[in-house]
Amino acid sequence: MLRAIQGIYMLRPVWAVLLSLLAGAGLIAIAGVNPGEAYAALFGGAFLDYYGLASTLAKMSPILLAGLAVIIPLRVGLLNIGAEGQIYMGGLFSSMAALLLPEMSPVVQVPLCVLAGALGGGLWGLIPGYLKAYRGINEVIITILLNFIAINLVSYVAGGPMMQEGAPYPYSEEIREGLWLPYIMPHTDAHLGVVVGIVLCVVAWFVFRFTTVGFGLGMIGKNPVAATYSGIRVRRNVVAVMFVAGAIGGLAGTFEVLGLKHRLYHLFSPGYGFDGIVVAFLAQLSPLMAPVAAFFLSGLKVGGLIMQRAVGLESTVVEAIQGLVIIFVAASLAFRFDRGNWRRFLERRRLLDAGIAGGITNNSGGRS
Amino acid sequence: MTAQGLRLEKISKTFGDFKALDGVDMTVPRGTVHAILGENGAGKTTLMNILYGLYQPDGGRILIDGAPQRITSPRRAMELGIGMIHQHLMLVETLTVVENVVLGLPGQGMRLSLAEHARKLEALAKSFGFDIDPHQEVWKLPMGMRQRVEILKVLYRDANLIILDEPTSVLAPSEVEGFLEGLRRLRAAGKTIIFISHKLDEVAAVADRVTVLRRGTVSADLAVAGTPPSEMARMMVGRDVVLTTLEKTSPTSDEVLVRIRDLKARDNRGNQALKGVSFDIRAGEILGVAGVDGNGQAELAEALTGLRQAEGGTVELSGEDVSAAGVYERRHRLGISFVPEDRHGTGLVLDLPVYQNAMIRDFRESPFSSGPMLRAASARKVAEDWVKRYDVRLQSVDQAIRFLSGGNQQKLIFAREVECRPRLLVIMQPCKGLDVGAIEAVHRTVLAERERGTAILYISTELEHILSVCDRVAVMCAGRITGIIAPEEATPERIGALIGGLEEEKVA
Repeated sequence: MLRAIQGIYMLRPVWAVLLSLLAGAGLIAIAGVNPGEAYAALFGGAFLDYYGLASTLAKMSPILLAGLAVIIPLRVGLLNIGAEGQIYMGGLFSSMAALLLPEMSPVVQVPLCVLAGALGGGLWGLIPGYLKAYRGINEVIITILLNFIAINLVSYVAGGPMMQEGAPYPYSEEIREGLWLPYIMPHTDAHLGVVVGIVLCVVAWFVFRFTTVGFGLGMIGKNPVAATYSGIRVRRNVVAVMFVAGAIGGLAGTFEVLGLKHRLYHLFSPGYGFDGIVVAFLAQLSPLMAPVAAFFLSGLKVGGLIMQRAVGLESTVVEAIQGLVIIFVAASLAFRFDRGNWRRFLERRRLLDAGIAGGITNNSGGRS
Repeated sequence: MTAQGLRLEKISKTFGDFKALDGVDMTVPRGTVHAILGENGAGKTTLMNILYGLYQPDGGRILIDGAPQRITSPRRAMELGIGMIHQHLMLVETLTVVENVVLGLPGQGMRLSLAEHARKLEALAKSFGFDIDPHQEVWKLPMGMRQRVEILKVLYRDANLIILDEPTSVLAPSEVEGFLEGLRRLRAAGKTIIFISHKLDEVAAVADRVTVLRRGTVSADLAVAGTPPSEMARMMVGRDVVLTTLEKTSPTSDEVLVRIRDLKARDNRGNQALKGVSFDIRAGEILGVAGVDGNGQAELAEALTGLRQAEGGTVELSGEDVSAAGVYERRHRLGISFVPEDRHGTGLVLDLPVYQNAMIRDFRESPFSSGPMLRAASARKVAEDWVKRYDVRLQSVDQAIRFLSGGNQQKLIFAREVECRPRLLVIMQPCKGLDVGAIEAVHRTVLAERERGTAILYISTELEHILSVCDRVAVMCAGRITGIIAPEEATPERIGALIGGLEEEKVA
């Protein structure tokens, strides 16, 4: 019984999502559309339609990787608000490796581009990591500010040194087809990035669950003083974790460029780094739940557009529903499972049942 | 006796089952310096918090200038002319002196005239012979000056009775004399001063009368003139120390395992907390460290275990200088174990299950892991074995350790720190908050480690525990060791004098 109740608590993001969709239905109704039809268009379009599903998976790649770039440091007690900047740096470094290096066999150059992108994002994570560990500067502020630097740096490069001649808009030359990521669904945009994301999630789960490194990192997150006491080098680990998180964020940008856009565009990420924060909370920091959360969030974004076209809803209504989901999930985290309370509650019920079965009220040894 | 001044009658205060104060009487005539002496837990701070309106007494009366008063809040205390200066200064370091003084000053309108306040403050400071620049930022001032700012703060609020809680603990030795001189000036100006301390020489130097508290009761109320410090020391430690020396079967070996020389360290506030400490511990010896809390004991433990960077001095283990080793190396290669004072904050990760807390120290080693992989099953087995042998009462080793009682948590920490077969075991306040049974278990474990030949440093403020368990006792005061004695020689006078900071040769 306790286990079942605990299970209900574990699923609280699911209940929160359902409630938010219910509230969203109210909004849709106010906008003068049948909510059933609207949601059918949304979910049918995002998950059940071949091309819709492909779009969802294409969007899921950066959102999932950004989510992982938030989850990993958060489990170590660090807030990475800089996934957006890390995405941009990853995109910048990987497109430089693709366009500026001499042409090589794709077998060599694709891994080189991916490594470059990871390195770019990693450096963007290393800076706040170092400042946090050795200078005591709040990582939240630094990661937020570094976002702007990265975004504007990419705008400068895409509109300046690397801009394609005669382009109407700041973007680079196209990356040659040999360096593109393979597609996982024929004739669609769904590329390999999402698969890499899922694999990395499993790896992260494994590391946290089964390795000494993960145990040490978890300890830093739960009690950094005890971690120091046990001989863990907290500062070094903080720097390393921020580098790895940045590198994963960098991969999000890398795959966006190599898998989808095939050029370095300015403003190529519409805030995927911040969607990553939503994914982290939806998944309750579980790397295994992150793909589910990212899949759902991507579907909501893709399906929202489809719903807008199909039933003529204002895009603001769609955005409001996405906002509702976030608010409801955040609020649901306030409900914590209190084993003791529930145990006492169940115990009282059991006593009551026993009393009823015995035909007497529980008057001996009864506890209030 | 004049009615002018402060009078406490039969003040009592109980926390749960614990009688913190039990019928305390005290009279402090106006214009005198009154010292309150006592060990940890004697009730000094509780008494002062009652005077300052932070606690309400369960019984008794407070009379100020002959009139009974109820001090319901610090604000009320200030209205009655009572000002308190806490042990750790409560100043905003980035603000200037005058800004700190004006901060929170009642009766200010919408307009703030800092220049006016600064002028008044300067005049006030001059009248007491304090030389201070009201526009200086506080962080630029030395500790002694900052303390003066605190005193000026209460004087500026027209305090007539000033309470100082361990005022010299934050001062450098060179600043103490100036501080005592300041107290004399305040007394000359007719202010009444209550000053809490455990340092006998300061009490002797400046106080008119002294009330000695012991376990919530007044054990003596003396005029300072004519009372030798050794007498005060005896009254402070007081009880006939019954030496229930625990049975120790094997004698201490002659091999010096740990050699500490001139160890120095700063505390988190940057004060010199450890001012050159030297001692040896032999294999199979328990060296106790006694003293009032906050005299450098925590810094000593942390400097030994590597958690705090030492500023100078050496730590040698079996002849090897290990001063440069980090925490990991000290714990694993050198075999230093540590039972920290703060179980919840340092010794455990409360949200983790019991078996994972068992592996905190050695999770990178067999049997808890092999290579990079954790071995949860064998860790559980080890934890279950320890739970049985150390009598840790719990439901399951998968339970979060948060839900265990303090005694059971401490037993697990001891199992973890001892089962790894350390060479040096540092223990800090191991019996804090434990019941009698758990205390006994802790001491059994410590003695068993001694039999094994471990060098043990046992830091505690509980004199009885130290005297009954340890082979030798070092007493710390103000960051130094004031003496090392055998428990049999520990008369109340001697221990009290050492705790009070009188070096051995000064004891009568």
